[in-house]
Amino acid sequence: MLKEIKILKHHGKQYVKNLRNQPVSGLFRGRPEISDNLTGHEIENLFSLCPSGAIGSSDGSIDMGKCVFCRECSFLLPDKIKFTSDFRIAVNRREDLVIKPGVSSPVRIDESGIRKEIRKIYRKSLKLRQVSAGGDNSCEMELNATGNVNFDFGRYGVEFVASPRHADGIVITGPVTENMAKALQLTYEAVPEPKIIILAGTDAISGGMFSNSEAVSRKFIEEHHIDLFVPGNPAHPLTFINGVMDLLGIR
Amino acid sequence: MTGNFTEISENPFVVKMDEVRELSYDSFHDKIKEMLDGGSVHCVAYYGIEDSKGIRLICSVADDIRHNICTLSTLVPKEPGIVKSLTTACPPLHIYEREINENFGIVFDDHPWLKPVRYPHDRKNKLAVMDNYPFYGIESEELHEVGVGPVHAGVIEPGHFRFICNGEKVLHLEIQLGYQHRGVEKLLAESSNSLKRAVICENIAGDSAVAHSIAHAQLIESLGGIETMPDLWIERCIGLELERIAVHIGDTAALCGDVAYQLGQVVCEALRTEIINTTQFWCGNRFGKGLVRPGGTNYSLSKETADKIITVTDIVGKRFAEITDRIYSLPSVLARFEDIGQVTSEQALTIGAVGMAARTCGISRDIRNSHPFQYYRQYDVSPVVLDSGDVLARGMLRVREVEQSVRIIRDLTDRWFKEKKYGRKPVYDYKLKPGSFSLSMVEGWRGEICHSAVTDENGSIVHYKVKDPSFHNWMALALAVRNQEISDFPVCNKSFNLSYCGHDL
Repeated sequence: MLKEIKILKHHGKQYVKNLRNQPVSGLFRGRPEISDNLTGHEIENLFSLCPSGAIGSSDGSIDMGKCVFCRECSFLLPDKIKFTSDFRIAVNRREDLVIKPGVSSPVRIDESGIRKEIRKIYRKSLKLRQVSAGGDNSCEMELNATGNVNFDFGRYGVEFVASPRHADGIVITGPVTENMAKALQLTYEAVPEPKIIILAGTDAISGGMFSNSEAVSRKFIEEHHIDLFVPGNPAHPLTFINGVMDLLGIR
Repeated sequence: MTGNFTEISENPFVVKMDEVRELSYDSFHDKIKEMLDGGSVHCVAYYGIEDSKGIRLICSVADDIRHNICTLSTLVPKEPGIVKSLTTACPPLHIYEREINENFGIVFDDHPWLKPVRYPHDRKNKLAVMDNYPFYGIESEELHEVGVGPVHAGVIEPGHFRFICNGEKVLHLEIQLGYQHRGVEKLLAESSNSLKRAVICENIAGDSAVAHSIAHAQLIESLGGIETMPDLWIERCIGLELERIAVHIGDTAALCGDVAYQLGQVVCEALRTEIINTTQFWCGNRFGKGLVRPGGTNYSLSKETADKIITVTDIVGKRFAEITDRIYSLPSVLARFEDIGQVTSEQALTIGAVGMAARTCGISRDIRNSHPFQYYRQYDVSPVVLDSGDVLARGMLRVREVEQSVRIIRDLTDRWFKEKKYGRKPVYDYKLKPGSFSLSMVEGWRGEICHSAVTDENGSIVHYKVKDPSFHNWMALALAVRNQEISDFPVCNKSFNLSYCGHDL
């Protein structure tokens, strides 16, 4: 008993008090900012450098839904592209993930696009079923971390549950492999209506590095309405938490 | 023994493809059988490459005592494509032969069961699909089957487990994988963009991002003749040890969670967070993605980061020792771990277990020691070996390895301070040696990771092979739960924490 008290004392208080404004290390690669004076030649170079095809060939914009946050573009043009430590980058409209040159304002959820029932029903309790469909386990670990002693997302009633029948929606990670497509469909069907779909991580949003693979099938994603896009490689727990809080209207 | 194969003592290494001895299948078969006779030798790569003449099989065998790697090859014509199997004589090869059969349709005549491995998209037999996997069955009214997955109760990757039980007791467990198959190897071979290849490699298995990245980077460096410097070698080793510490602590938390020891769980969770946040402080990503690149790094260690790493690992090491001392002295915890999920040393050798699965069964198998790479060439690591082979051993190995890794990090950082800093940047514009075969190994936290590539006459990669330790070790889990209560499956599973995506690629 005494030993455990000592351990508890050393453990101290670990929980993140304010999930909205928790500082992350300065090198964290969050929302990019792109200078609006990129030359045509520079855009060409960026386009051919980007490993995941996230850079727009016409204007040099960065699509966070495709970006793997490797930061190589910023190493190429350090004066013109930087990745800020802003982790609040989850949105409900796919096109809002595209960061245009010259834009330095934060990305925010589109309130008008949120389905009415979401805030009405899930505001105080949202139970989610996670489906990994080709995820590399880093996104899965970060989603697990949202419920751990540090982030404790359970404080807002948001938790991962064991069965889709107990869930209000699914969180998909990974590019959706052909071999997992059927299981994903079955899991989704097992969730009672109304239900939501969240995509966590770049792989899930666009296929990421695997978007051109023949082993990947994007059919499910294309056929369903997605309620929240959470970018990152992997999506940081705070990105996921803030995205869901925005979706549910938790301040 | 010489003359029949190419023998090399470097890791990574590169040889001209035409210097790899090509034998007739019969001599190839006999030679491998002869080489693999003994516990200190194991096969690290055995795969096929298709060309106009047939399927060329390449096999590399590592000797832990002589510290070398022998490579030999053979050509099997597509028709009739039937050869005799090596599995009966050398059981660890069972999985390689299954893989070659699945990919190319070569039939290994007396292989006990050529079951599918992962249902890759480019498999030979398209009629074999996930839904008709040939499960082992036992006809009996006394027995029942329990199916679990592919979607599991926790937030983890997919895989299907099929138990055959007698009451609560597990007689047999079969693990069906392949759900995570993303076509990684094909993308790596097809991609001409070198940065793209490096990024794919760090996404092979997120919990081993650093290990897979090092395996890829040193493979490319050896194939491209890119020189690297000691400061970089040390930094890579520090990154690798940080990854090992983070996962071992995280797994200890998960084990505690499974036996409802909440204090152990939350304390370890918080300690893991400290470590991965330190990795993020260093390179901006909690899993070390972006840290390792061929030729150099964008995130050279700074004095500030080095100091932080030492301080954090020192504190975390002490606090982890304090909590594990408590965890592993609690009767309620020990009752769930001791003698549970045992794998014997003989079983581990039979299935060719690697890494921590082998080291908990009394087998001293650690690439850092037997085939040292990066800075481990100058820094001796003596493998932590335990021999009870149960969940407790796999838990305790983590305790001892965290302690060891903290020490390694402190020593390596000391040396880093004294080394000249070249601070080289990544090299993406490289030309690879034409017509070559190259192989690179890294001891990740799970065990040995092996990357191998073959280039054509223009120096383009035509075949890229990745082997994660899970490729071998899933079988260890299947054996561990035999004759156990089915309720002990979760702790057995967590104690191994094998990779689904690393296996399925």
